[in-house]
Amino acid sequence: MEKRILVIEDEPNISEALRFILSRNGWQVDVSADGHAAIETMRKDPPDLLILDVMLPGLSGFDVLRSVREVECTRDLPVLMLTAKGQGADRAEAERLGVTRFMTKPFANAEVIAAVQDLAGT
Amino acid sequence: MSFNLLVLTCIAYVILLFAVASAAERSAAEGRAKWLRSPLIYTLSLSVYCTAWTFYGAVGYAARSGLEFMTIYLGPTLVFVGWWVILRKLVRIGRENRVTSIADMISARYGKSNLLGVIVTLLCISAGTPYIALQLQSIAQSFTVFATDSVGTGLAADRNFIAFWVAAGLALFTIAFGTRNLDVNEQHPGVVTAIAVEAVVKLLALIAVGVFAVWFVASGPADILARIDAQALPEWHIQPGRWTGLILLSAIAIICLPRMFQVTVVENTDDQHLATASWAFPLYLFLISLFVLPIAVVGLEVMPTGTNPDMFVLTLPLHLGQDGLALLSFLGGFSAATSMVIVASLALATMVSNHIVVPLWLKARAVQNLDTGDMRVLVLSVRRLSIVLVLCFGYIYYVISGGSAALAAIGLIAFVGVAQIMPALLGALFWRGASRTGAAIGLTIGSLLWFYTLFLPSFGPDVILSARVMEQGLFGLSWLRPYSLFGLTALDPLLHSLFWSLLLNALAFCVGSFVSFPSPIERVQGALFVDIFDRPGPARSWTHPAAEAEDLLPMAQRILGQSEGQSFFRVQAELQGKQGYLPDITPEFLEALELKLSGSVGAATAHAMLAQTVGTAVVSVEDLMAVASETAQIMEYSAQLEAKSEELSRTARKLRDANEMLQKLSVQKDAFLSQISHELRTPMTSIRAFSEILMDGEGMSDEEQHHFAQIIHDESIRLTRLLDDLLDLSVLEHGQVQLNIGPALLRDLIDKSITASNSVQAERKFRFTRSRDPETIEIVTDAGRLTQVFINILSNARKYCISDDPQMKISVRRRDGMIEVDFTDNGEGIPRDKQALIFEKFSRLTDSMQAGGAGLGLAICREIMHNLGGDITYVPGQGGACFRVSFPLELSPREASQKPLGKETEAVE
Amino acid sequence: MKPPRSSQFVARESYRIRRLMDAARFLPVFGLMLLLLPLMRGTSGPEAPPTAAESVYLFSVWIGLVLVAFLMSLVLRRTLDPPKSAQPPLPQKREALPEAED
Repeated sequence: MEKRILVIEDEPNISEALRFILSRNGWQVDVSADGHAAIETMRKDPPDLLILDVMLPGLSGFDVLRSVREVECTRDLPVLMLTAKGQGADRAEAERLGVTRFMTKPFANAEVIAAVQDLAGT
Repeated sequence: MSFNLLVLTCIAYVILLFAVASAAERSAAEGRAKWLRSPLIYTLSLSVYCTAWTFYGAVGYAARSGLEFMTIYLGPTLVFVGWWVILRKLVRIGRENRVTSIADMISARYGKSNLLGVIVTLLCISAGTPYIALQLQSIAQSFTVFATDSVGTGLAADRNFIAFWVAAGLALFTIAFGTRNLDVNEQHPGVVTAIAVEAVVKLLALIAVGVFAVWFVASGPADILARIDAQALPEWHIQPGRWTGLILLSAIAIICLPRMFQVTVVENTDDQHLATASWAFPLYLFLISLFVLPIAVVGLEVMPTGTNPDMFVLTLPLHLGQDGLALLSFLGGFSAATSMVIVASLALATMVSNHIVVPLWLKARAVQNLDTGDMRVLVLSVRRLSIVLVLCFGYIYYVISGGSAALAAIGLIAFVGVAQIMPALLGALFWRGASRTGAAIGLTIGSLLWFYTLFLPSFGPDVILSARVMEQGLFGLSWLRPYSLFGLTALDPLLHSLFWSLLLNALAFCVGSFVSFPSPIERVQGALFVDIFDRPGPARSWTHPAAEAEDLLPMAQRILGQSEGQSFFRVQAELQGKQGYLPDITPEFLEALELKLSGSVGAATAHAMLAQTVGTAVVSVEDLMAVASETAQIMEYSAQLEAKSEELSRTARKLRDANEMLQKLSVQKDAFLSQISHELRTPMTSIRAFSEILMDGEGMSDEEQHHFAQIIHDESIRLTRLLDDLLDLSVLEHGQVQLNIGPALLRDLIDKSITASNSVQAERKFRFTRSRDPETIEIVTDAGRLTQVFINILSNARKYCISDDPQMKISVRRRDGMIEVDFTDNGEGIPRDKQALIFEKFSRLTDSMQAGGAGLGLAICREIMHNLGGDITYVPGQGGACFRVSFPLELSPREASQKPLGKETEAVE
Repeated sequence: MKPPRSSQFVARESYRIRRLMDAARFLPVFGLMLLLLPLMRGTSGPEAPPTAAESVYLFSVWIGLVLVAFLMSLVLRRTLDPPKSAQPPLPQKREALPEAED
């Protein structure tokens, strides 16, 4: 069965790129730009991996991560966070909240694929 | 003398007064008013006490009752030589509290109560109206006596006609110089100077006639004294009761008459002037009175029996063929009458507008929303209307009373009326325990008694009070007879009324004060007034204010006018060591604001308006304790301490501001770097991801390839634009920008900007309010850069103004070679805590992407305006967001190259 | 405990001025007394003084009061606060404004 990946990202071009490279490598990719809606879907039907942007409108990526870790069914969900700010403070905060892996943008496609493979398996 | 010549003389004289008044106004406006505010002018303006009643009536009075006429001038003499006791205190209190009228004084002292203001205003109007009628009558009468030709007798016989035109002319004059602007302090240099000129004219005229009577008709002082004794009638003997009573009455009147209060207290600028007037004004009265008896005696001898002695000043020279002298005397009488009417109607109109009309209007408006709108216009029109009304009343009274002899007694009747204010006024000055309740009861009882025992009967039997009431008393009760109340029959009507009304007034005032409990604000004001000389500064009456400066600014603007209000706030903020338009709401600031407002609308109204806006109880027990403990000994010491601690706190505030700014800058620098990183990396991410995809080159349709290339292209453009903006900002910040300076029509630039900004959220329809005329102005500047600023402001409004019916008001004004363009929308405005930040880089107010820019727009605008020798500021409290763009009318290259001072933010790269 | 004699009037000048202030308070009362004096000379009947003489008396009192007030004011005015030169001139540039506010 295909592993399912949820991408929460508000820049449409970036999420389109992620969807393309990941689905080409055999994952099933869902994209959401809105933190609230994504949390709802995850609770009903948790994916195998969450890819999360830090700068989101409304609910920030940290808020999403916090609520993911609060709920039983997603407590152990692997989360890959992407940030464009590139700052130490963001990484520390993310680790405190229980992120699985942290990457800065821009990323090499191969790096993302490797990380996803590592966290979700094929 | 011909009637026409007489009218021409009057008109020429009035034109002269106009010229004097406007010259005085002009030099006052230009700040060259030193000589206008000299003790001499002050003393002369006090002569408004000497009305036509003095000029003509005193001689008639002397002819009928001998020396008794002197009482009217001896009372004021005692008050002025005793200035140290009452007037000094009154004048000081009036000036420190910006009192605008006697009604305002009473109202301010008794807890800023408007009820008292209304009572005093009504009383003054009832007493003042007949007095004004008396002046109209004397002018009309003098015309009739003078004009003997055929044209004249026809016209002059119609006294109402003359009185009407005189009243109209005086209304015009008073409006022109009394309501030119709504000034702090309510002072009118033009009027005061014209009054001073008239004072000289009437004094000279009376002395000239007197000299003529003593040295040309009689043969010197000795001869005159002999003639006085020869003419003396039995009625000329001094009557003890009236002699004492009238001295007292006139002493009270000179303090309480509204017009005297106006010239003595309201128009006073300096205690020193009062020191001079303390002897100079009694001297003036002395000179005015000196020749009254001689003129009366000579008149009685020379003139045919049956001639009206009230007109001797005029008829004596006429009878003896001295036409020139008679004309001078006519102008003297004219001066006396007009100066009284002008000052009295001005004083009454101020009271009517401040204590009756404006409070009513405020009450009506309080229900609705107190939105912007200039209240000055309202107050000024009310005042103009009140002047017309007061003169109308006077004229109507004159017509109804038919210029009868009853008018002659009106002077003293009015005196008794205004004397009712005296107990409350003395209490205000000397008795801290005097209360509002006591003052209100006393004033009401005194006024009613005056009405019943003197004012109403003065119309004569059967006009208002029937003859039956006069003879048998109200309801047939003999102890209610107006002229012998409670069976008091021994006094003459005037003394009888004075006795009862003042006695019961004072009694009620005292008893009312004993039994009532004053409110805290009354007690603060009481201490403030009574102990005025023991305290260096005003007491604090505002504590724990709950208003924001932003709420107060619109209100202040409505009353003081927009620019005056804004500059007052800016100055106050500077005093606190702050920048911008919004000072901290300290008790000191509220004090200053209240004082400023009360100069325009009176103490009670100003206080009520502030209380309405600030909310909450105004005076706490601590305040009262503070006031009570402010004894003279510790005052000086604590004043020094206060000055020092104020200095300290000002420095501390400056330091705190600087520190806050530095901290903000540091945080901003981090945020800026992180922002830059984010804004650059985001497009970069898409570009890198898709170019790698394209490089892989497998499993893509042509369509997909094309789409991905398109994305890479778009994101590169986005990157470029961002870099352009950053570069632009950097160049502007370092003043290395090349300006393209040339002439342009401001209106065209605004037109262009509106068209260009229409593309932003094009579905929203904005309504524009513009005024074409001020926009039609040629400016020399970099039109392209200026347009860029306008477009940015307009586009922001389209993005952020959330009103359903969005509007944009663009107003243009010139000030000192600068143009100011205000862009005001009707949205929510910018929250106060954000106002200081909007011009910083990357400071989008919302974090959503709706703005669609990197948040550099206003930062660039500000840099552009600095480069154009101007500025862009946010003006708070205008209903919506309001941006003010200011720039020089003509930008010279030198100015353009100068970097503006006081720039706090440096570029961070 | 007697204070030394010499120190009793160290502030001679200010003591003078304070007494002069008292005098200024009494002046109107004395003035009133003098002006009421004619009432005590009999005001009717044959022994009443002639009007001319009475008027000379009253005018003399009057000018006397003026003179005394003048002399007192010379000293008293020095105790008044100096004129407030700090008071800023009132801005009077209203004429430029109204038409710009559409």
